[in-house]
Parts: sequence; structure tokens; C-alpha cells
Amino acid sequence: MDAESDKMAQAVQVNSAPAARKAMFSAEQGRYLRRKALSAFVAGLVTSLTIISVMILVIIVAYIFVNGIGSINLDFFTQIPKPYGEVGGGIAQAITGTIMMLIVAGIIAIPVGIGTAIYLAEFGHGWFAEVVRFTLDLLAELPSIVIGVFVWALLVRYVTGYSGIAGSVALAVIMTPIIARSVEEILHLVPDTLREAALALGTPHWRVVLSVVIPTVLPGILTGVVLSLARAAGETAPLLLTALGNAFFNFDLTQPMAAIPLQIYSYAISPYDDWHHKAWAATLILVIVVAVFSAAVRFFTGRLRYES
Amino acid sequence: MAVTSSSRDARIGQRGDQVFSLIVRACAWVVIALLVGLVALLVLDSLESIGRFGFSFLTGSEWNPVETEVNPVEFGAAPFIFGTVVTSIIGLLLATPLALGSALFVSEYAPRWLGTPVAFIVELLVAIPSVAYGLWGLFVLVPFMRDRVDPFLQKYIGPVPIVGQLFSGPSVGQHLLTAGIILAIMILPTILSISREIIAQVPRLQKEGMLALGATKWETLRFAILPYARGGIVGAAMLGLARAIGETMAVTMVIGNSSSKISASLFTPGYTIASAIANQFTEADTSIYFSAVVELGLVLLLVASTFNVLSRLLVKRITRLPGGAHA
Repeated sequence: MDAESDKMAQAVQVNSAPAARKAMFSAEQGRYLRRKALSAFVAGLVTSLTIISVMILVIIVAYIFVNGIGSINLDFFTQIPKPYGEVGGGIAQAITGTIMMLIVAGIIAIPVGIGTAIYLAEFGHGWFAEVVRFTLDLLAELPSIVIGVFVWALLVRYVTGYSGIAGSVALAVIMTPIIARSVEEILHLVPDTLREAALALGTPHWRVVLSVVIPTVLPGILTGVVLSLARAAGETAPLLLTALGNAFFNFDLTQPMAAIPLQIYSYAISPYDDWHHKAWAATLILVIVVAVFSAAVRFFTGRLRYES
Repeated sequence: MAVTSSSRDARIGQRGDQVFSLIVRACAWVVIALLVGLVALLVLDSLESIGRFGFSFLTGSEWNPVETEVNPVEFGAAPFIFGTVVTSIIGLLLATPLALGSALFVSEYAPRWLGTPVAFIVELLVAIPSVAYGLWGLFVLVPFMRDRVDPFLQKYIGPVPIVGQLFSGPSVGQHLLTAGIILAIMILPTILSISREIIAQVPRLQKEGMLALGATKWETLRFAILPYARGGIVGAAMLGLARAIGETMAVTMVIGNSSSKISASLFTPGYTIASAIANQFTEADTSIYFSAVVELGLVLLLVASTFNVLSRLLVKRITRLPGGAHA
């Protein structure tokens, strides 16, 4: 409040008739009420939009849970699918297929991803590092079906045929940028004073990285890896063009291999009720695994950030 | 003795550093080679189709993989491109208000004990695999659309001139509108989480300054928060758009998969570029058919990456993308 407006307010109080004063006051108050009302309206709107968003997502998860829980039993995990029309059986071959392909994909993607992250965090200052980061951003958001087409053209066509190894490579392509980006972020959390202290003791740079930097943030690195595995576990489109799926147990990486998402897809588009139930059950398993992984990751990375 | 030993250590250290630096650089090169190889291979395999159909691949609406007496082999992807554009726009139009509203609620309105878990739960849903959304879409959303929503829209909006065209014709539940709705649900968490990060970047002083001037909550949002965050929110929507364009499985399961002609009705079953690839890739038995499907992949790659890059430029101006690492 400056002095002038104070004076004006006094003048209004002294000079104007009580009626005019009252009218002015109520006009002011009316505008104020309108502003308050608009603000309250927006608050209500925003709240209802949030309720709708949360409801939609809760409904989907509830459907998956309710429809899936009924078909989950021991057979579901230990048996392979029964032939057309026979009730029973399970998706054991898809579970082993997914696990095998994730392991092989991890063997390919984890070293490359972490290596790239170390390059970016420890050596990456120039334009080349920017190019690498840009490339990672592009790779991470590539439509997954395009990765399937790529791996088909690269491997399936002439080299491997539809096979577990081709599926693993496709998953590795999906995992690598996720690992690289999250691990780089984690490596940046290590305070430079720690690196400098180690270097000051005469430790070579590579020893600093391997014995000081990485052990410091190992849990963070692990969560980055788990995050990428969770993402890869749910991928369907690229596997459709590479691993193809299989109704029987197969531990041979050179042969077509089953995966849980592929099994869900083929059961879902089949005309059999029993298979539809199995598709719901498999989805429930997949969602639980993926959600637990992601929740754990968020929990741990959240804590890591907090501590640093 | 001590001197020689330490100088030997230093030499080992130097050589170790060189080898180590070489190894991690090689990893970075692998990543670059991957993207370059991917694009090169896609271009190489679509050359046949590009050479034969040229620009008419994008504008033509005939998709005849099988040579017959009356119809020569022809590949025009316009219906697929149309399907991608329409479903993505529906997805974006439905998801953005929900996501933005939720982001504002979570970061500006809700108390911390409520906002944090709400954001946590919604963002966890980014992790749900697309085949799960597809399954739900196929068995829950499709019948619901067919039995409830579509007749309702037809009854009340159908008679309206022009707009009614959108909801004309018989509906089987599997069509462009259903695919758009599934996409909206899938990109909602993406847009929400980035918008939330953007809104969190708005300087506290600006908000407090507005409030101190006597502004209401809405006026603070309107004049302090939204102008600051506008670019980033557009970027968030664009990343959602990029993901919607590239989404395959969920769309494939609800869109009806038919290469029908472009029509004004959203009740037409169709294809998006991605679902056309998923459905036709393994059927492509001739070399030109295969080449055309790969060219679809190339188009998809270019469009999705363009929106991805635009989005990152917009968002990076304000903050770092979650999960994105920029030193």
C-alpha cells in the first residue's frame, strides 16, 4: 500500500455518500466472488479429471485381476498348452521362453548399455557424446514394431530364421538405450569429490570407475537394469516378427520360442473361451511381475536421489 | 626400487586407461551403429517399393498385394496413414485434458500425502505392457463400444449435420474410435508424468508473487504457471503423440484390421501403419509386397522420431526428460 492510494481511500470514505460507497464496495465484492467462484470451478474440474484418470486405470487393472485370478493354478505354471478344444494346460513353455530370451538379451544389452553410460558419464563432454545421447533418445522411443522389422531383416531372413536368439536380439535393442540412459543418470549422482579423492591417491581413471564409482551406485545400476528387463518382458510386437512363438517347450535358441506376451496375443485372438481365460491369467502374471519390478525401481531410485 | 615400481604402476595405469576408454567408446559406437544400421537396412529393403511407387505410396489408397486379372499389384498406404493420424489425434484430444488436469491436481491442488501416491499409481501404468491394454480393449472396451457408446453417439450426434458423419454406418465395436480411446488411455500416464515434472519446474517465487498480489488459485495457474510451462506441456503431449503413432499391439487388437477405403465415419474398421505391419509382415510373400511393408516401417520410424525430437526440444528447454540423461 502506498501513501497515495491510502489518501484516495480516505477521500472516498470522507467525501462520498454512504450509498455510493456501498455500491462500490458491493461491485468490488461481486467481482471478488466471481473470481473465487471461477477458481473453485477450476479446482473442481481438475479434481474430477484426476478422478476420471485414476478410475480408468483402476478399472483396467481390476478387470485384469478379476478375470485372470480364476484361471491361475499350478497347472498354469507347469503345463504346456493343451490342443484345441481340450480344457486345461498352462503356459509353462512361454514362461521359460520369456526367461531365456530375457537372460540372453541381458547378456547382450547390459555390457553395451553400461559401457555406453560410463563413456557418457566419465568421458562424454564433446559433440560426439551429444550425438550418442541423441541416438539413445531416438532408439529408446523407436516404435517397437520397427525394431522387429529391423531384426527380421538383419537376422531372421538369412541367418537365424524365426528363433529365440533373434527374439533376444530384438529385446536387447529395446533394453540397451533404457539401461544406458538410466545408468548415466545414476553415475552422475556420484559426487566429483569422490572421484577426485581417488585420483589424488594415484589411482588410474579406470580403477576409479570400476572400484569407486560403480560400487557406490551399484543398487542404482541394478534398478536401471531391472527397469529395462521389465519393459522387455512385456514387448510383443518385435517378438511377433522374430521369436514367432511356440506351443511346446523349447530350450534351443535357434528354434522358434514362446513368450508370455506372444501367448497372450495368440490366445486373445483365438475363438476359444478357455484360451481367453488363459490370456487374462497370463496378462495378470505379466502385469504383476512388471508392476512389482517398476515399483521396486521407483522406490529405490527415489531413495537414492534423496540420499545423495 | 620404489621409483621403478611406481613408474611401472603409472605405465600400467596409463595403458589401463587407454584400454578402458577404448572399450567404453566402442560401446558408444555400437549404439550409433545400431541406429545407423537400422535406418540403412530399412531404406535398403524399401528401395524396390520406393522406386516402383515413389510418392504415390503415400497418397495412393489401393493396397493390392495379390495380382489378379482386374487389379494389378499396387501399394498405396494412404488408408493406413489416415488410420494412424485419426487414431493418434483422438488419443491426444482425449488424453491431454485428463493428463494435464491430473498433473495440475497432483502438483498444485492435492496435499502431498494424496498427490504423491496418485502420481505414483498413474505413472506405474506406463509399465503395463501394451498387449494387456489390447486384451482389455478386445474383451471389455469393444463390446462396450458396440452395445452402449456407439448406439448412443449414433442416436444423439448422428442426426447433427456434418459432425454426424463421424458416427454413421453400422458398428461392430472394432474401429478407429475404439483404437483412439485405447491410445488415449495408454498415453495418459506419459503425458501426465512429463507435465508434472514441467509444472514442478515453475519457480516458486512466481507462484508466490501472484498469490501475494491477491490472485486466486486459478489466476495463479493461468498467469504464472501455464505461461511458464506451456512449451513443456506441448512437448509432453508430443511425446504422447509419438508413442501413440508407434503403438502396435493394443491398436491391432481393437481396430478391426481391414484395408477399407478412407471414410468419414469413425466407425470404420481400419489399419494404422503399425498394425498393418504387424498383420501383414509375415504374409508378405512377394519381394515387392515385403518391400512395401518395410517402407511402412520406414514411414513409421520417420514420423514417430520427428515428434519425439520435437518433444525433446520443447521439454529440454524447461527440464530434463524423466529417465533421459543430459549432463
